[in-house]
Amino acid sequence: MDKAESIFDEMLLGDDNARSPYGEYHDWFVAEDPTRLHHKSREAETFFRRTGITFNVYGQEEAAERLIPFDIVPRIISGREWARLSRGIEQRVRAINAFLYDIYHRQEILRAGRVPAELIAQNDAFLPKMIGVAPPANIYTHIVGTDIVRTGEDQFYVLEDNARTPSGVSYMLENRESMLQMFPELFSRIRVQPVSDYPKNLRRSLAACAPPACSGKPVIAVLTPGIHNSAYFEHAFLADQMGAELVEGHDLRVIDGRIAMRTTRGYTPIDVIYRRIDDDFLDPLNFNPQSLLGVPGIMDVYRSGGITIANAPGTGIADDKAIYSYMPDIVEFYTGESAILKNVPTWRCSDEDSLAYVLEHLHELVVKEVHGSGGYGMLVGPAASKREIAAFRDKLKAKPGNYIAQPTLSLSTVPILTKKGLAPRHVDLRPFVLVSPLGINITPGGLTRVALKKGSLVVNSSQGGGTKDTWVLEE
Amino acid sequence: MLGKTAGGLYWMFRYLERSENNARLLEAGFRIALTRSAAAEDEWMSVIQTAGVQTGFLERHDTADSSTVTDYLLRDKTNPSSVISVIEASRNNARLVRTALTREVWEATNECWLTLKDALARPVRDRELPEVLGLIRQQSALVRAALHGTMLRNDIYDFARIGTFLERADNTARILDVKYYVLLPSVMHVGSSLDNVQWETILRSVSAQRAYRWLHGGDINSRGIAEFLISDRRLPRSLVFCYTKIVDNLAYLAEDYGVREECHVKADEVLGRLRGHTIETIFEQGLHEFLEEFIRDNNALAGQIEQDYRFYG
Repeated sequence: MDKAESIFDEMLLGDDNARSPYGEYHDWFVAEDPTRLHHKSREAETFFRRTGITFNVYGQEEAAERLIPFDIVPRIISGREWARLSRGIEQRVRAINAFLYDIYHRQEILRAGRVPAELIAQNDAFLPKMIGVAPPANIYTHIVGTDIVRTGEDQFYVLEDNARTPSGVSYMLENRESMLQMFPELFSRIRVQPVSDYPKNLRRSLAACAPPACSGKPVIAVLTPGIHNSAYFEHAFLADQMGAELVEGHDLRVIDGRIAMRTTRGYTPIDVIYRRIDDDFLDPLNFNPQSLLGVPGIMDVYRSGGITIANAPGTGIADDKAIYSYMPDIVEFYTGESAILKNVPTWRCSDEDSLAYVLEHLHELVVKEVHGSGGYGMLVGPAASKREIAAFRDKLKAKPGNYIAQPTLSLSTVPILTKKGLAPRHVDLRPFVLVSPLGINITPGGLTRVALKKGSLVVNSSQGGGTKDTWVLEE
Repeated sequence: MLGKTAGGLYWMFRYLERSENNARLLEAGFRIALTRSAAAEDEWMSVIQTAGVQTGFLERHDTADSSTVTDYLLRDKTNPSSVISVIEASRNNARLVRTALTREVWEATNECWLTLKDALARPVRDRELPEVLGLIRQQSALVRAALHGTMLRNDIYDFARIGTFLERADNTARILDVKYYVLLPSVMHVGSSLDNVQWETILRSVSAQRAYRWLHGGDINSRGIAEFLISDRRLPRSLVFCYTKIVDNLAYLAEDYGVREECHVKADEVLGRLRGHTIETIFEQGLHEFLEEFIRDNNALAGQIEQDYRFYG
């Protein structure tokens, strides 16, 4: 496949024409003075820096806080495209919750032979402690950030399901906020669906999942690993926007079968914890005994209905990259419908034939660690040097079960503003989904991540990616 | 409110106060050094003593002069009290308590850190010093202004204020103590003609030289200054003023929470002792002894507040 020809740009058709969702915006853009736009672009950076919207990069000096570069050209999705996308996401998220309930109860899908049993039993993300536990309203994934990529007009693929603790929603909100401040005129011209209800909906949705022990108005807290965590800004932001407490493990302890937080007036019980720490660190008594981030005994309180943990422990089994390849089956098994959104074809390197194929085609594949995230530890074949490929080959051979491989998709591009004007760059999309007894709520838009380097396919902020505001148009 | 949050607010404002105090100390020292080059080294050493960082300083530098002292007090990260260290500590505490702050207070704090980090990225030369010191004062004033202008008057505000005044009281007491020690020979000769420039540094170190002049005319004398800094309830850096504020803010907390704690008793006692003294009885007891006792009491109160309001686990 010739890449240069097949790349789909979401905004531009040729040099001067814009595709229909971008029509109004493009008219506005060409009439604008470029100097003013560049000035606005710098203004945005100042805004982010002042507000402290930064993230810490792992492996760098502890104090290093970086800005995620923000591009002022929005990514625009039509109402029609969005309707289809959100139907597909909703279907997938329903299936994931049904799958999780099943996996931790009767395991019908394993009995039916649709997913191999050893894939579950030998998976680190599977938590035996969750077997037989029914979380409030049987909801496991209260918050999901489904990663979606596009390759053509109607070609959308789910890249990852992110059912553990997806991050980035604060950027979705702050990106919109800064666009509203910088270009108010655009929003009076173009009808863009708002995203600002997210914190309110998150609060409502968490409150609706209060545990049996809760009496009265549910007390909600965001559990953060602390100010040195890469996403600390977001944790503080969400707690602030929801009017919830921002707690660390050492603020909490088990008292009378409840989780209580240390306040200036003594210990007060909390009902719902939105935790932004991994399962492994959640409870040193039940999981990693070295963890200082969690709360000793929280799993016992959880099992007895004293607290709701969002997302539930053990959800990682659903967004594991090895399970991913079974998602079309999983969707069909639980919903009785075929999946609306496609999966990217995936080779499981644990399988001998697949491994042989992958080893032979490393230069054209993307190889990922089954449990990896943030773009760390992956190989992008077409962009890698011979030496990198050789080194990766050894890693892969040593532990094939640890990897999956996918074809290099020709991701769609959306232009960014560069010194020389508009230039196409690859993007992905992470919409944010809330699940509660009230229903499934998908914020129209999400976080568009963009690879700022020309030709690069890696959009992760930890790898030099940037973000864009994402507009879903009113129908 | 979380105990941790109360502690974070308290420390955020203690550190902010400390940055300003350090800047002011340096400013006073700089002025003396400019006007009296003969005694410059002694003066610079006394600045280091007053800031309470003598041991650390001597580990890093052999001589005290304008460049070593300026560097150590402003930008040395091995000095936990340097302006850059305390501004960073203040901002880290602000991040910790982000949900308790208004956007204005947070942004002012973040901006303060960004600006000073930038200004202190390279050694500060003598001719840039006034500007940099001005910037430090201005940036911390902006944070304080945002606090006063935008925050609810609730427990959050109370903890911020308690931190501010505990730090300030400690600072004023130490300045007075060290300076008096340095100036001891002239104190012995009360009534003899005093070294005005030296005495003025004390006032300058607490930004009170003009206030003193308004109230006492040109009559600068040791007792007058000590009384002003200890007992004058109008001077915002005097010990009595600081303790009146601490007692007030603790009282709001007690009212809010419906409980008086051990720290309330302690604070009342300290204020009572301060008010019970006249400058004569202080000098009879010995100023140094009096101040030493005060600093001890102040530390003990800080510890009691930490405990009563569960700052730490």
